[in-house]
Amino acid sequence: MTDAVIRATNLSLTFETNDGPVHALKDVSLDINKGEFVSFIGPSGCGKTTFLRCMADLEHPTGGEITVNGVSAEEARKARAYGYVFQHAGLYPWRTIGRNVKLPLEIMGFDKAEQTERMNRVLELVDLAGFENKFPWQLSGGMQQRASIARALAFDADILLMDEPFGALDEIVRDHLNEQLLRLWARTNKTIGFVTHSIPEAVYLSTKIVVMSPRPGRISDVIESTLPTERPLEIRDSPEFLEIAHRVREGLRAGHSYD
Amino acid sequence: MTKTLPAVLAVLFGLVVIWFLAVAPMNIRVALDVADRAGETVVPVKSLDRRDTSVWVLMANNAAFVADGYNLKRPRLPTPTQVGQELWKSTGAMVLKGRTWSKRSLIFHGWVTLRSTLWGFFLGTTTGILLAVAIVYSRAAEMSLMPWAVISQAVPIVALAPMIIVLSSQIGVEGRGFPKAVISAYLCFFPVLVGMVKGLRSPTSEQLDLLKTYSSSGMQGFLKLHVPASIPYLFTSLKVGIAAALVGAIVGELPTGAISGLGARILIGDQFGTPLAIWSALFAAAILAGALVTLLDRTQAIVLRKMGMRA
Repeated sequence: MTDAVIRATNLSLTFETNDGPVHALKDVSLDINKGEFVSFIGPSGCGKTTFLRCMADLEHPTGGEITVNGVSAEEARKARAYGYVFQHAGLYPWRTIGRNVKLPLEIMGFDKAEQTERMNRVLELVDLAGFENKFPWQLSGGMQQRASIARALAFDADILLMDEPFGALDEIVRDHLNEQLLRLWARTNKTIGFVTHSIPEAVYLSTKIVVMSPRPGRISDVIESTLPTERPLEIRDSPEFLEIAHRVREGLRAGHSYD
Repeated sequence: MTKTLPAVLAVLFGLVVIWFLAVAPMNIRVALDVADRAGETVVPVKSLDRRDTSVWVLMANNAAFVADGYNLKRPRLPTPTQVGQELWKSTGAMVLKGRTWSKRSLIFHGWVTLRSTLWGFFLGTTTGILLAVAIVYSRAAEMSLMPWAVISQAVPIVALAPMIIVLSSQIGVEGRGFPKAVISAYLCFFPVLVGMVKGLRSPTSEQLDLLKTYSSSGMQGFLKLHVPASIPYLFTSLKVGIAAALVGAIVGELPTGAISGLGARILIGDQFGTPLAIWSALFAAAILAGALVTLLDRTQAIVLRKMGMRA
């Protein structure tokens, strides 16, 4: 597989704490190919967020190797290879939605006209056209998270890394955003890494589900989804969907049998 | 504002009532002395005996003279009305007479103090902000500067003020404007420093990580994240700072033989036994402080609303 966009080989990360070393990740190997939608699921402490942060060069592995677009994670970050969506929308409260979306564009030195054009395009993409002059607190949690996705899309990185972006939202809003996210992925053909602790969310969204388990953080199963690309919400009641969900649950349970 | 107004007025009313009531015991001795000199009969007759009698007994035995305490020329404690009249005489009435800038006008003295306060505020705020930036961005600066900043506030300013004035005249600085501004800045910089250190450090790790994913430069992070995040903290500090700057300017006028400024009025009033002058200067200072803080408060509201903060 030469077209791996993200490749982790024997990746390990150990935090030194007062209670001794904590193995957040141990010997994790994984390939993520171009255009894949990969979910990371597991109980807290399994290292799924740490793994994503390694891809983003926000954490530094203590062993093994990780490449993004064929170069080191650090070089990829400096080349602005990915957009990152945090758990909390993390919009700057003193900026309007429009100016929040423009933040990466300002930093990356796009000219004013292009900033506005891109802002309008991505806000359209997440159904927030017309909200550019609102401040974050004037928007609901779901809308704020959509704005933060727009911000991550604004500079056209091919990779989108999302760390439990819908974790704090209620079920109905989450369903809606999941549907939107799939449509957005189909339209933009991005490679997406997505951390979640919801089994239905992982199965519904992903082409590949990575099940992880804690102490030490590692991959316990990798499931290639057999679901079609076209996924209406009702697909979640199909036998195929339930079967994949079952396998994910099994994988999670197997990981837990250690303690 | 409309919700808090009744509470504010109730407290104000309470204070004025207590003040009025306190005038009687505070002034009874003076009132009896005046009555005695005017040939009235007071109990006890001898001034020396009166000194050993408590004010409550004096009031009980000389009920007729208690009211005189409210209308003395040189009261121990002037009534609110007397202070109000004196304030008007030395401000509004002066303006009407076209003598706004006379040496007897509190507007003139207030302006002298205000000028030092604003210079000190400017100097202190600038120093505070620059030190805060240094401390936040350099571990060495934090270790070397912060202890001195804390120690500086432990030294009583009244002890330092005369030295600052002597030293500044020694290096050839004319007049009191500069040393007063320095004294004022000395009190003002610290709250700004502390507030700005906190403000510049207020961005969350998520906000910081976000900038990292954009591979932004340190300067971009400073301007687009740290500075805007610190603005609410800055205003809170500025409000404390301006009040401290005013205190500094007044202290700078007290022990230094100054003849103009509110501090000088207070000191001169004390030396010449004119309590009304002291009280009116005190109130002028309080009104000035209130005006300055309110001005900053309004500015803060406008700026924060522009920045999308919920007002």
